[in-house]
Amino acid sequence: MESFALLIAATFNAGTVLAIAALGLLINEKSGIVNLGAEGMMLCAAIAGFAAVVHTGNDWVGFAAGMAAGAGMAALFGVLVIWLNTNQYATGLALSLFGAGFSAFVGVKYVQEKLPARPSYAIPGLADIPFIGPALFKQHPLAYIGIALALAIIWFLFKTRAGLVLRSVGESPESAHSLGYPVRRIRLLAVMFGGAMCGLSGAYLSIIYTPLWVEGMVSGKGWIALALTTFATWRPLRVLFGAYLFGGVTMMQFHLQSQGVDIPSQFLSMAPYLATIVVLALISRNPAWIRINMPASVGKPFYPGS
Amino acid sequence: MSEAAPTLRLEVKNVTKRYPSVVANSDVNLRVAPGEIHAVLGENGAGKSTLMKIIYGAVKPDIGEVLLDGKQSKIRNPQEARALGISMVFQHFSLFETVTVAENIWLGLDKSLTLANVREQTVRKAKIYGLDVEPDRPVHSLSVGERQRVEIVRALLTDPKVLILDEPTSVLTPQAVRKLFVTLRQLAADGCSVLYISHKLDEIRELCTNCTVLRGGKVTGHVDPRNESNASLSRLMIGAEPPKLQHREVKTGAIGLQAKGLSIVADDPFGVTLDNINFEVRTGEIVGVAGVSGNGQQEFLAALSGESTRAPSGSISLFGNDISKRNPRVRRAGGLHFVPEERLGRGAVPTLSLAANTLLSRASEVVGKPPLSWVSPKATASLAADIIKRFHVKAGGPSAEAKSLSGGNLQKYIVGREISANPKVLIVSQPTWGVDVGAAAQIRGELLKLRDEGCALLVVSEELDELFEVCDRMHVIAKGRLSPSINTADATVEKIGEWMSGLWEVSHAL
Repeated sequence: MESFALLIAATFNAGTVLAIAALGLLINEKSGIVNLGAEGMMLCAAIAGFAAVVHTGNDWVGFAAGMAAGAGMAALFGVLVIWLNTNQYATGLALSLFGAGFSAFVGVKYVQEKLPARPSYAIPGLADIPFIGPALFKQHPLAYIGIALALAIIWFLFKTRAGLVLRSVGESPESAHSLGYPVRRIRLLAVMFGGAMCGLSGAYLSIIYTPLWVEGMVSGKGWIALALTTFATWRPLRVLFGAYLFGGVTMMQFHLQSQGVDIPSQFLSMAPYLATIVVLALISRNPAWIRINMPASVGKPFYPGS
Repeated sequence: MSEAAPTLRLEVKNVTKRYPSVVANSDVNLRVAPGEIHAVLGENGAGKSTLMKIIYGAVKPDIGEVLLDGKQSKIRNPQEARALGISMVFQHFSLFETVTVAENIWLGLDKSLTLANVREQTVRKAKIYGLDVEPDRPVHSLSVGERQRVEIVRALLTDPKVLILDEPTSVLTPQAVRKLFVTLRQLAADGCSVLYISHKLDEIRELCTNCTVLRGGKVTGHVDPRNESNASLSRLMIGAEPPKLQHREVKTGAIGLQAKGLSIVADDPFGVTLDNINFEVRTGEIVGVAGVSGNGQQEFLAALSGESTRAPSGSISLFGNDISKRNPRVRRAGGLHFVPEERLGRGAVPTLSLAANTLLSRASEVVGKPPLSWVSPKATASLAADIIKRFHVKAGGPSAEAKSLSGGNLQKYIVGREISANPKVLIVSQPTWGVDVGAAAQIRGELLKLRDEGCALLVVSEELDELFEVCDRMHVIAKGRLSPSINTADATVEKIGEWMSGLWEVSHAL
């Protein structure tokens, strides 16, 4: 029973890393721009956040540094892709490769560093409830912020005018331009938001989730976040669900491996990817649904006034 | 024209706009009084669109100015134009498919309004002008006519002083055109000036009280269209009267192309399901298919050309052979050729030369013997040169890139490529869409010639005039169903218009 509660807690924690990045990328892609640089942004944010905490001792300064690193790299990507119309996929891949190399270079002298003692995060009262307390209420505040972010994004996209404008830009930048909306600026803001959320997620990884710096420590989570937004057909709650599902199966297979179950470990390592893709593909297989939720202009260049 | 009255709503003075390869507007003047419906007449490429974009602030003129209510207006972008009371309804709609009608309208309006506000105003405005609009429906579920009404309501909600309509009737049934005219007259009576851009002479003569004619970027006349004839307007527009076509008697032979019980469920959520389509085309006749776009033409043509092989077995036959499941190459080998509606991208590869483009449908003639099957550059070039010469295509020779040709010339080239293959059955979609009057007449003439030589032709078009001109019989496609055929001699625009709304059972029973 106790271990099951811990499994839920670990799932929650692991899912949060993916959820925050994927929700940011969702907004990013709703504007019609896909940024394959997520992995690189998360890596740079992870080292930026880690280094900031090492020097200041304050986690929140670390999160801010991670977000700034992510948003800064996204801004560079945005200028290249939105104004200079470089290919989105190629530029994103370059950003990922750059981020991996650059973070490793900067991170060399932080490899042996340790962060100040991690405090425990228990919500007074709630955390003492048997089972539910350890499962849900001993998380870092960002875990709850992740859920709030999904709800805020739903409200923003479907209840506000700004969200409507963002969806319109993603569907047809030409039409939005002809109505007089500043398509490029809107897209840049969306891309920077995506970068900032990837940055927050990367910083969470190196400050809270595994409080240390190792080269390449994001280990594909950026790519999973990108895949989640697509497989979840750009719907925030599905993204959240997919993130926890992936986190849950990952934790489960660690658990099974440690129990010495008689399944080759390679198969267990595959399980989270397979399970997430199969489940999300099944719940989102309606083509009408995909067409209505997919930002139609995603990946295509936009030339205003032509 | 008399001197400018002091109360002119809109005045365009000596506007010139040059593009690298063409002068789009040269010293253009335009004067519109309040409450006037003013036509801007001209062919494709005459400079109408550029002029409207200048008025609407989307394009800056090199020389000249635009005056609104006698004051010089410094309109830098469409938003400022809207703020000053200039609204535009585009030919290609600028609506967002995945959001509702009300949300679409909201996007075009001021920030300070709430969605509920916009919804209520939309309903009110639509009622005043008799425009049937449902605010909560998502736009992808609307027909083209309904979408246009949404655009018009959106324009009207800005309380425009000048409303610009760009080729508004090209997508409407004749009945919908009537309704639109009623709305526009009511608007004009309320004091709004309407700029009506069109190349349809009858409509302009019926609706407009003033007309500015453009040709090659220059104004060739300011006239009152009510006092003009189609011939005199045509002379101003193209410098000549439209050529007349020779129609010879029909001598039909065997059934070339036939569909029996052709039904295909749409696999695309925004697509149209084809429902029990039956028709036949005999050699030596031209059969037309009328209808507003988006009623299943795409799916219908894909099934006939072989781009889609989802048609049920036995539903499509070519000279008696079942071809329902055959790919386009097999069908072409059987004598069936196809000219698609989109010239660049489907009819031709934009970045390849005209010579290389012969490979798309004439590969067997320009490719050597297997197993190597080298493409012969000589054969492709000479085939392309033949087509260019025979069909009077204006192009820089066989090596010119397809995208370097004007729309009309490329269409001549593609139609020519298929005609010179001596097809037994030819399917043509929108043969003269975006083509100038001279080239259109030439293409139609070629189609008739092919018919007289014993080819079976199926022409799908949105232009009723065109179908009446070339076809021997006509069908109408509406909501994925095909009407029975009617001889062109017995058809009227009114009747075809009714059928376009899917109402043939009613009028057929009578």
